[in-house]
Amino acid sequence: MSEMTELKRTPLYDFHVEQGGKMVPFAGYDMPVQYPLGVMKEHLHTRAEAGLFDVSHMGQVMLTSPEGIEALGLALETLVPVDVLAVKPGRQRYGVFTNDAGGILDDLMISNTGDALFLVVNAACKQDDIIHLSAHLPDHVTVTEITDRALLALQGPKAAAVLAQIVPQVAEMRFMDSLRIAVGGSEWWISRSGYTGEDGFEMSVPAGEAVDFAKTLVAMDEVELIGLGARDSLRLEAGLCLYGHDIDATTSPVEGNIAWAMQKARRVGGAREGGFPGADRILRELTDGAVKMRVGLLPQGRAPMRDGTPLFATSESADQIGVITSGGFGPSVERPIAMGYLPAEFTKTGTEIYAELRGKRLPVTVADMPFRPSTYKR
Amino acid sequence: MALETKFTEEHEWLRIEDDLVVVGITEHAATQLGDVVFIELPDEGTVVSKDDEVVVIESVKAASDILAPLDGEIVEVNEALANDPGKVNEDPLGDAWFFKMKIEDLSELDDYMSEAEYKTYIG
Repeated sequence: MSEMTELKRTPLYDFHVEQGGKMVPFAGYDMPVQYPLGVMKEHLHTRAEAGLFDVSHMGQVMLTSPEGIEALGLALETLVPVDVLAVKPGRQRYGVFTNDAGGILDDLMISNTGDALFLVVNAACKQDDIIHLSAHLPDHVTVTEITDRALLALQGPKAAAVLAQIVPQVAEMRFMDSLRIAVGGSEWWISRSGYTGEDGFEMSVPAGEAVDFAKTLVAMDEVELIGLGARDSLRLEAGLCLYGHDIDATTSPVEGNIAWAMQKARRVGGAREGGFPGADRILRELTDGAVKMRVGLLPQGRAPMRDGTPLFATSESADQIGVITSGGFGPSVERPIAMGYLPAEFTKTGTEIYAELRGKRLPVTVADMPFRPSTYKR
Repeated sequence: MALETKFTEEHEWLRIEDDLVVVGITEHAATQLGDVVFIELPDEGTVVSKDDEVVVIESVKAASDILAPLDGEIVEVNEALANDPGKVNEDPLGDAWFFKMKIEDLSELDDYMSEAEYKTYIG
């Protein structure tokens, strides 16, 4: 980013500064990377109680059509390898936008609001996503970026009890429910989901109500503010992809190990087989397997291994076989953890390979993800 | 000869003990790094030049290097620190020293900042 570019601020910017947030540039926004508690304690607090995250930098996009929800679903299915028609009103599903080469343009959440589809996309991709949607969806679909709402996440084992004190209806929600709920005089869009591996909620609230809501939450003993630093270590322990690192425009959903996000209806022999960008490659890989795959990695020593660390078959082999795409220290698992890409023949759990760190080859074991069991309220 | 603790622009502190230079990082640096989770120390006996990367220090946020403040030989490293990296956050100016160096001429430390100068430097 050029220094001339003005960083954008979320509706909670002043609140973050007031709360001692250390602000850093992220995806064009000035965002809190941590608060006075620090990354480690913020991470552990989220796992033990409840953490509040400002994710207002993410894109909120509404798709509407006079032709109704089924026509909308069919339209979106031309851009995602997801069974959108099966997403019932009040439910949401994870998906990806694919490109013609079978790579991933972005990953997103798709909610069926009953009469519209509500998408949450990555901050760094949102402008491109909106252009992509507008260019490729049929004329009957209106693509609207929602810019008058903040997006907050409340995550952790006490999130439900805390949020129910303000919005009692959330107690009844299940994992991946996504509802419009009247709160005070306005409508909040709440889903039971998140990016930490914990039970929790994402809440789209009118921008003008965000600060009071955040203040009410942090006034509770169970709630601490959590910055981007802990958000990253939490999602890494949960085995969740960070777009631009673990998946990108060159990696397919099969390579990215998120084939579970492609339901039967869109696979070979399904009711609406293919029909999304890059279907040839992706459907072929679903049948034949991909050349490389994203796997979990456990560095055997204590040294964290970060993205970009090259991987080798043995302690001496010359040819690089793969690369770490995300890595660091996992505060809850109390050890370094990572994920990265390896050729298919090295992806079996327990396979030992080597990473080259500061000129030394260090052993790494292929491991199952998540690194810590997720606690979703199914 | 410098007896007071000296400070570098790289946020290291230097202290003379038994004719050796003891090196650690300042409280300011420890706070900036955040929770330290890993430290890789050099081998004892390593001969280093000023600005060589001698210690790798990783926090939950990122990896950084500690540079040799002077030419000399690493004669002792703090193994206890490698086993308990969090000490850097708890006691950066005391228990959490990184290594001890033997240098030619202890007066080389005179070029570094005093505590008052360092406080002005970090603002």
